[in-house]
Amino acid sequence: MKDKIAEKLLLVIAFSAIGSLLLITFFIFQQGIPLIFKIGLGNFFSMHWSPTRGQFGILSMIIGSLMVTVGALVVGIPFGLACAIYLAEFSSKMVQKTLKPIIELLAGIPSVVYGFIGIVILVPFIRTHFGGPGFSVLASSIILGIMILPTIVSISYDSLIAVPNTYREGSYALGATKWQTVVKLLIPAARSGIVASIILGMGRAIGETMAVIMVAGNALKIPHSILDSVRTLTSTIALELGYATGDHRAALFACGAFLFIIITILNIIAIRVTGRRE
Amino acid sequence: MIVEASNLNLYYGSFQGLKNINLSIKENLITGIIGPSGCGKSTLLRVFNRMNDLIRGVKITGGVLIDGEDIHSPMCDLILLRKKVGMVFQRPNAFPLSIFDNIAYGPRIWSITDKKTLRDIVERSLTAVDLFDVLKNRLKESALSLSAEKQQRLCIARLLAVEPEILLMDEPCSSLDPIATGKIEELMLELKRKYTIIIVTHNMQQAARIADEVGFMLLGELIEFNSTKKIFTNPSDKRTFDYISGRFG
Repeated sequence: MKDKIAEKLLLVIAFSAIGSLLLITFFIFQQGIPLIFKIGLGNFFSMHWSPTRGQFGILSMIIGSLMVTVGALVVGIPFGLACAIYLAEFSSKMVQKTLKPIIELLAGIPSVVYGFIGIVILVPFIRTHFGGPGFSVLASSIILGIMILPTIVSISYDSLIAVPNTYREGSYALGATKWQTVVKLLIPAARSGIVASIILGMGRAIGETMAVIMVAGNALKIPHSILDSVRTLTSTIALELGYATGDHRAALFACGAFLFIIITILNIIAIRVTGRRE
Repeated sequence: MIVEASNLNLYYGSFQGLKNINLSIKENLITGIIGPSGCGKSTLLRVFNRMNDLIRGVKITGGVLIDGEDIHSPMCDLILLRKKVGMVFQRPNAFPLSIFDNIAYGPRIWSITDKKTLRDIVERSLTAVDLFDVLKNRLKESALSLSAEKQQRLCIARLLAVEPEILLMDEPCSSLDPIATGKIEELMLELKRKYTIIIVTHNMQQAARIADEVGFMLLGELIEFNSTKKIFTNPSDKRTFDYISGRFG
């Protein structure tokens, strides 16, 4: 009897979590989609974002989001993979036990702290050494690149560790060095996990808001170089939702719906890639 | 003598895994090493291509000469040693790559990149294990889609591709059914014309069927080493007799 009650209770709790997710999804789409139909897809994906004149084109923000995300991957993938490979294959147990939790701790630092460090250290550094306003694609990419490290490192590490030892032995027995084994065998064998880690990191980079607002400069134009300032979709929502009304507010929800779709697609790809391992 | 061990001792930390082993293995013969589980036969096999280096805390004393070269001397090139002394493992460990890439793995490590040369090596190696005709149209498929027996053959072919002299086989049939085992044994008898084979097995019948010489190990010691016929019909040590007549192990 008690078991039955506990079971039902857990069921209700589990479904309320899913239920709130469904409600959020429904709300975002219900608020945002009508506006897209009202102004038309062509206008929605145009260059001109000028809420006071009723223009809600999000193209420059899409490009902005894309640039900082690609930038984050350019920074995050080499560092993340190198770190995962070192931890999984070259370091001692002691180093693994110390470094892995520290890297995972990076995920727990509030994004506003990343943004703060960006403003205080990175932005002035870029301004004095490379020119431009400092608030830029470059600054956002570096900060985001660091923020996605935990995702890339820990998932890639786990998938490298999961490669059976018999493969390593077989490779060494053919005369391969450790490095050859990593490059020619372990990375291909762990490929699905590594790709998934990159896609999940990408999702995190696209969705990140606070840190980007603080270091990107948020100018509404398509950047011409990595030193120009940039505005992303998430920044726009966070910056404007406070005072937006009517169509403007709906347009911000439409941005949210667009982001939602992109991130859902990325997650589905990540799940399918990892699922294929079996 | 292609392999000679003299006064070979091996320690895992404080545990002595191999005790004062002396043996000589002749070229182009199949040498079987038998004994109950945990007697050190796999450990002995793994001395010959220094796979024990991968295990922390292993200490080896005494000498092992392969082709007259001390494999534990600092002058010995470990990578070249492993090319010369190939190993087949208990469970087929075909890599999660295509059949072609599995065979080409070794040659590529040895910096062979020319496509035609690689194709020739793959064909030659697969032919040597009687797989080429079966697989020639499936070379791009994943090696993991093959049966256990074919995977084990593939692993042997992968070794042959780097042109070894000695093949170490660590219970290569233990995960195969009797028919597949028979086929692998036939293959070994064919391969011995070109290679020296050392096989560890806990299957005495297998040793009796294919080995020319047999060593019997117990608790880290090599109790007896002799021709297969002598070991199985007229062993000189009582413990060998007890083991082959099934009193223990």
